[in-house]
Amino acid sequence: MHDIKTTTRVGIDIGGTFTDVVLETNNERFTSKVLTTLSSPADACMVGLESVVKQAGIKPINVDIIIHGTTLATNAIIERKGAITSMITTRGFRDVIEIGTEGRPEQYDVNILKPDPLVPRRRRFTIAERLNSAGHVLHQLEESELEALIPALDRAGTEALAICLLHSYANPMHENAARNFFAKKRPEWFISVSSDISPEFREFERFSTTCANAYVQPLTSKYLTEFEARLKTDGYQCEMMMMLSNGGLTTVQTAKDVPVRLIESGPAGGALFACDVTQRLGISKALSFDMGGTTAKICLIDNHKPQTNRRFEVARVYRFRKDSGIPIRIPVIDMVEIGAGGGSIAEIDILGRLAVGPESAGSVPGPACYGQGGERPTVTDANLVLGRMNPANFANSLLKLDIAAAETTLTTHIAEPLNIGLIASAYGVTEIVCENMANAARVHTIESGKNTNDRTLIAFGGAAPLHICQLADKLSVNRIIIPANAGVGSAVGFLRAPISYEVFQTHYQHLDHFDIKAANATLIEMETQARSKVKLGASPEAKLTTNRIAYMRYHGQGHEIAVDLTNEPLGSNVAKSLQRLFDTEYRNVFGRTISNIAAAEIVSFAVTVTTEPYAAVTTTASGIVEHITHATRTAFDSAVEEERSFVIVPRENLQVAKPIAGPAIITEKETSVVVSSIFEARTLLSGDIELLRTDNRILTKKT
Amino acid sequence: MEDFEILRKQLIWSRLISAVEEQAQTVIRTAFSQSVRECGDLSAGVFNRRGQMIAQAITGTPGHVNAMAICIEHFIDKFPVDQMKPGDIFCTNDPWLSVGHYHDVTVVTPAFYKGQVVGLFANTCHIVDMGGRGLGPDSRQVYEEGINIPIMHLAREGIVNEDLMEILRTNVRNARDMEGDFYAMIACNDEGTRRLISILKEFDLDDIEDVGDYIIQQSQDSIGTAVRNLPDGVYENKMTLDGFFDPIHLKACLTIKGDQIIVDYDGTSEASIFGINVVMNFCIAYTVFGVNCIIGHNVPCNAGSINVVEVRAPLGSILNVERPMPVSARHVIGQMLPDLVFGCLAQAAPDKVPAEGAGAMWNPMFRGGKTAISAEVLASSPTITKDFDVITFNTGGTGGRPLLDGMSTTAFPSGVRTPPIEAIETDYPLIVWRKEFREGSGGAGQYRGGLGQILEFGCQDGAPFSVAAMFDRTLKAPKGRHGGCNGAVGIVRTDDGQILKSKGRQTIPYNKKLVLEMPGGGGYGNPKLRDPELVRQDVLDELITSQAALEDYGVVLTQDMQIDKSATQTQRS
Repeated sequence: MHDIKTTTRVGIDIGGTFTDVVLETNNERFTSKVLTTLSSPADACMVGLESVVKQAGIKPINVDIIIHGTTLATNAIIERKGAITSMITTRGFRDVIEIGTEGRPEQYDVNILKPDPLVPRRRRFTIAERLNSAGHVLHQLEESELEALIPALDRAGTEALAICLLHSYANPMHENAARNFFAKKRPEWFISVSSDISPEFREFERFSTTCANAYVQPLTSKYLTEFEARLKTDGYQCEMMMMLSNGGLTTVQTAKDVPVRLIESGPAGGALFACDVTQRLGISKALSFDMGGTTAKICLIDNHKPQTNRRFEVARVYRFRKDSGIPIRIPVIDMVEIGAGGGSIAEIDILGRLAVGPESAGSVPGPACYGQGGERPTVTDANLVLGRMNPANFANSLLKLDIAAAETTLTTHIAEPLNIGLIASAYGVTEIVCENMANAARVHTIESGKNTNDRTLIAFGGAAPLHICQLADKLSVNRIIIPANAGVGSAVGFLRAPISYEVFQTHYQHLDHFDIKAANATLIEMETQARSKVKLGASPEAKLTTNRIAYMRYHGQGHEIAVDLTNEPLGSNVAKSLQRLFDTEYRNVFGRTISNIAAAEIVSFAVTVTTEPYAAVTTTASGIVEHITHATRTAFDSAVEEERSFVIVPRENLQVAKPIAGPAIITEKETSVVVSSIFEARTLLSGDIELLRTDNRILTKKT
Repeated sequence: MEDFEILRKQLIWSRLISAVEEQAQTVIRTAFSQSVRECGDLSAGVFNRRGQMIAQAITGTPGHVNAMAICIEHFIDKFPVDQMKPGDIFCTNDPWLSVGHYHDVTVVTPAFYKGQVVGLFANTCHIVDMGGRGLGPDSRQVYEEGINIPIMHLAREGIVNEDLMEILRTNVRNARDMEGDFYAMIACNDEGTRRLISILKEFDLDDIEDVGDYIIQQSQDSIGTAVRNLPDGVYENKMTLDGFFDPIHLKACLTIKGDQIIVDYDGTSEASIFGINVVMNFCIAYTVFGVNCIIGHNVPCNAGSINVVEVRAPLGSILNVERPMPVSARHVIGQMLPDLVFGCLAQAAPDKVPAEGAGAMWNPMFRGGKTAISAEVLASSPTITKDFDVITFNTGGTGGRPLLDGMSTTAFPSGVRTPPIEAIETDYPLIVWRKEFREGSGGAGQYRGGLGQILEFGCQDGAPFSVAAMFDRTLKAPKGRHGGCNGAVGIVRTDDGQILKSKGRQTIPYNKKLVLEMPGGGGYGNPKLRDPELVRQDVLDELITSQAALEDYGVVLTQDMQIDKSATQTQRS
């Protein structure tokens, strides 16, 4: 049982490249980072576990809980390594998941690609049945329709089955009948039903989500069963909980039922990690910024909670562009991901403009300066040329960086075509990549009806600290936090997660003739369902919180905004109070209301039940270090757009009491924090590094 | 430092594109009409004081964008920039001054900074009803097609023009959606203005004139370079379309000379007496779009990228009609122009140009209720629905591409999306009974044409309804390229097989359904050169039959669906 009193906790994050394991016990934290073993992901986990247990000087039996997140489901979709999945849908609608919106992610490119559907046409079958939008039967489903499909489903080699019927969110009757039928006839199949997995209207998204669930289910289920067995064998007697994409925890059984909700659980851990920083430092508005080798992820955090969303796309095939991936409708921590990382390739486009990403040199061949055959300039090459990285001391000195190679490639590909100097070209590369990230952050905040400029930036991931001052300038941000253990942030974040489950239901009602009874009945049923999921994992005495949201819009609009409901049953004056809450929220987002021409309506409800988040372990900074004479290095200072002499300070030497003024470079094992001349840096008692702006002038640069 | 100045201009450029994208997202989030909020039938952009477009949102549809780009000069002709006041907002839906039919309304807002206009924000949205007969090709004069808003104030110094709104409210079928959309369009430009001012502050600029000139020049130069890389010459192409009663002949002569492209439509049919005519703005919009798809798809759209192409069409022809000719369903002809232009460019750049596709979207405009249907059906029908008007946006297949199959059921050249069926059925009494690929409709080719789709529409309880048909390529198929076969022609019929007209309003009687079978794209390259494995896959997915595999592709499949290699070789030799 997951119990608040547990003391020794382990977080395991399987990423595409690394598997991170973190153990916390008695206010101490031990970490390990090993290469992911793709063929058998549990192998790396066991190695990592062994390492942290050893470091802590304990035995497997002493571990009280393991919290696990994995990109297994995401990778299965991206690499198309999921189960042989068949789909059953309403007659006449065989191609919904392939036709999608009929749109294109980009207007002018005639050679765009659309994502291949997870279930190919040959395994999409139809049955005669039909409901209308109110859930009434227009055409009754006969069992003979289902019976007739068995031979074809067998021939297809079906391992998993997605049942996706029109308007099932309004009435799951036909879907349930189909599920019961096939569960009896073919108990070995994994069956996913759209009214369970994603009970909301818009058939393309619902069907697509359901197919994704079916597609990853056999694989996820097998992996989790095996991993649990392996833990037992090695002496781990404790419960394992799974991290979900919305930042909540759930039981292994629920994860096996709804594996699509595991997608993006790793990045969700990163966001929780950032939330934890805001909690312990009392930051009410933040923007987390996680930049690695290939992509950057940005998340808004208000009052220690990450922004959540219900729309998400996985496996985008066209430049990370919206509408070029497979839509998934699940509760997710809302993050923008763009193709901007250390490995992003810079080039001069046909307009003579400097462009960076989304194409990445990856880890192979990697940036030119890795000397592994990479020939095109990357963001890392630019940072090296700007003096921001120490060529002799990169990645624990495993790799010697070749600065000459970086200079050559930047000169050939950027400086010469633009007819500018080498340094300017390198600076330009970093400016453009920061600009791309700032633009993504800005569009994202606008879409959310929020601002960037009053936020604290929380930076982690290998490439983030190199650019963070530049990015802060573009977003008019004055305060930056670089947390401790940023390299294994997601796994640390897992340990902060509450047990939580969200239930979503389309429930369409106008406010002017509002059926209070029906709404209350739906909300109660949703809460019961969410509670039962949470209680599977929470200790009996755990305090549960319920959070209820109504998604509302003006009647006639197509996009909803979230309105928080209280936990009281809806009363007789609910229409009036909902209208008021909606108007307020609408004005916050769009600046004005239009209640004079249209009435508000409810489209859906979401109910989340959650335990309290788990309190942080505070790692404290080591005591005041004696004054040390620091080395210096010439590097480019973005604040004055000139080269300056930077003080080089190892992170452990940074002092709590005495801030160090930029320009400075704080070195760490895996990265460096570049402090421009208008920021100063200090260590907080919590062990985090804080950068504060000392000069506002830079916010208006001269042209 | 001078080096940084170039970089800074490029940064501002990227910032402006981001700002207009934010502008577009705002209108999508706040609009009422399904065409804008679900389908993206809109455009948004920022202009300099001289009315030249500097940046345009990625979200949007080409007919709007490029037409909007050239219409702003009409606004500033009538209301000079130096006489605009803070809080002023202007609008029009005049087809000849803006985007080609009454449904597309353009709203322009001057952005003020330090007491003067620093730029103009514009957006165009498709409003579902603007009065008159409603969207459809049946009118004989533009006056029947709805209400004309001349270029005028939508707001004066912050106060909405209530006289205009009242006239509009009393002339349209759905006043709430119309008015809500106007507010969404106002909010859209407001967002753009806010973004622009913060950009000016951050970069300490007074205006965007210099940066704008840089953007326009760079774009124009880069398209110009791309044009210079094509061989000089005169390239001609013809296309015949169904038309209303008589076939319509479109003729294009594309001249490449240095860095200039001239497209001349001399020889094109005269204007139709029904509402499928194209105004010059719309003709330019889709012509430029077609050219840019092939030679400059990486260049962001702005005045510079549009300037490179000069478009000429004889006054009074169907591509350059005069008042008071009707224009409501102009997309049926206008959206064919990219394919027409592709046919010219395929001679200059043979390995870059796809085959023809379905082209114009198949957008059935439905109407229900007593006033929607013919008198005899009304007299005999046991059920009648409440009044409703709704349009859905649908499409056939695109042409096979050099190295890639065409895209099945994907809009091109239009940039709009289709609304979810579950959303349509929640909002209107329509029932969609079928929406899936039309098997066998993609033209055979080394790279197969994309498949069209079949859609089947009925009404709740079998009630009768009417549809304004504005569909083409039901007689003349999309052509294949370089030896590829033609795509399938479209079919408009009822579910009991009665063929309907491809143009004009028709009643679908009680208990009958409307069936639209949309054209498939043409194939690219000789079908006998298609990888036999891909042919086999197409058979397994029932996109083509095994008979078609044999007859069109020369691929022989065994009983258990394996490729019979030797028989295939014989068949293909």
